[in-house]
Amino acid sequence: MPRLSALDMPDVPKAQLPPHLEQQRTRVSCKSDAPLHTEGIQYSGAYASMGVDNSLRLDSFSKNFRVEVVRLTEDEIEFDMIGIDASLANAFRRILIAELPTMAIEKVLIANNTSVVQDEVLAQRLGLIPIEADPRLFEYVSENDTAHEKNTIVFKLDVRCKKDDGRIKAKSSELKWLPGGSELQMASTNSNPSTNPNAKPKTYTSFNCRQDSLPEFSHKPLRPKYGDITIAVLGAGQAIDLEVHAVKGVGRTHAKWSPVATAWYRMLPEVVLTQEVEDGKAEELVSKCPVNVFDIEDIGEGRKKAVVARPRACTLCRECIREKHWEECVDLRRVRDHFIFTIESTGALPPEVLFTEAVKILEQKCERIIAELS
Amino acid sequence: MEHGSLTDLRSSTFSLTDEDHTLANSARFALNKDPRVEFCGYSIPHPSDNRVNIRVQTTGDPAKEVFKDALQDLMVMCQHVRGTFDKAVVDFRESEHDKEMKIDS
Ligand code: SF4
Repeated sequence: MPRLSALDMPDVPKAQLPPHLEQQRTRVSCKSDAPLHTEGIQYSGAYASMGVDNSLRLDSFSKNFRVEVVRLTEDEIEFDMIGIDASLANAFRRILIAELPTMAIEKVLIANNTSVVQDEVLAQRLGLIPIEADPRLFEYVSENDTAHEKNTIVFKLDVRCKKDDGRIKAKSSELKWLPGGSELQMASTNSNPSTNPNAKPKTYTSFNCRQDSLPEFSHKPLRPKYGDITIAVLGAGQAIDLEVHAVKGVGRTHAKWSPVATAWYRMLPEVVLTQEVEDGKAEELVSKCPVNVFDIEDIGEGRKKAVVARPRACTLCRECIREKHWEECVDLRRVRDHFIFTIESTGALPPEVLFTEAVKILEQKCERIIAELS
Repeated sequence: MEHGSLTDLRSSTFSLTDEDHTLANSARFALNKDPRVEFCGYSIPHPSDNRVNIRVQTTGDPAKEVFKDALQDLMVMCQHVRGTFDKAVVDFRESEHDKEMKIDS
């Protein structure tokens, strides 16, 4: 008898993985104790012995990649990204959180604070207030830079609770934009006005022009995105008088610069009934699932069977396979290259712009390395 | 910075400053998908160092060229992602707009 390789047997299809391997390649299995086959198989030659090419050509990527927007509001987007590897989806997520710049309050100059909130706590609270300013219009400020109109936004907060006011709240809407820059005077060394009476008093910024004379800001005053954030509660007679300087930065330095409240993705769940689940068992299965993934379908003769109606809603809580023997009927999987991506913006930029900017940053990273190596 | 031998260009370690998992993991993906790559992996030698080392071993081509090609591929993919995403957003806006018009009429 001639020696026959197992791969040449007639029931082994050519250039195609056997079903169990194909499932391993494209799905993550969720068993009752732990997920299985979580690692993606990236290596192009992983299935070479079976005559299957696992490399990726750009044209096949372009052909298979799809985006479907599910929900889009002013500050939130949910979309499906299909046909992309987790490494790229994760790169976008990481960039969204840590590497997209925004403007945030970095310096707080406190002239007076008699509230119960200590200076450092107050400064920390102020830092976290989202500023509605397009970061693309500003420059980074480095250690030795002076603050000028291209890299700093100045706001002032001056609230006072009169003796008979009871108690008042200082809200973020009371942060007033100072387009001309800082109004606080530096305690200068030669403060003698007689030496140069025309010199402007030195402040903490040196703006060359007023920001509201620049075309980008003249129609749209810079302000905190939300006016209803409580900064401090003032009792009778207490006052806060301070000035804040917002500068450009990235979330890697401090989370206050992160342009997203959260950016996350989950893989599309896939729920498969591997056996018919009928009658009493079907009802049991439907009642097990807290998010109503299953439905009952009549199959005539007074019999019923369970069907998977809303797999997308599945949270993979694994309740349906927790008890004995259920794992044999229900197979929980996740589609490895289908990501349900959600971005919640804090308001500086709309969420769809954030995503495109994130992709651009990854491109710039590649470009930088290519240039460095050339 | 590239660390490799002068005589054997097939394998090299690329030490990238100011980069982290974001780029390294994507680059590893792109490299692994290239049939010319025999082995590839990355490590971050120390978490407080802003540096990753990417190791590339090829079946014959110079590692540097293969690495550059992989980054180039990554860029093309990103451009495609951006284009597709922008189009999907425009389509979504249009369909929402159409829906509103129907409700109004
Ligand atoms: S894992 Fe949880 S959410 Fe998903 S189908 Fe089972 S019970 Fe429902």
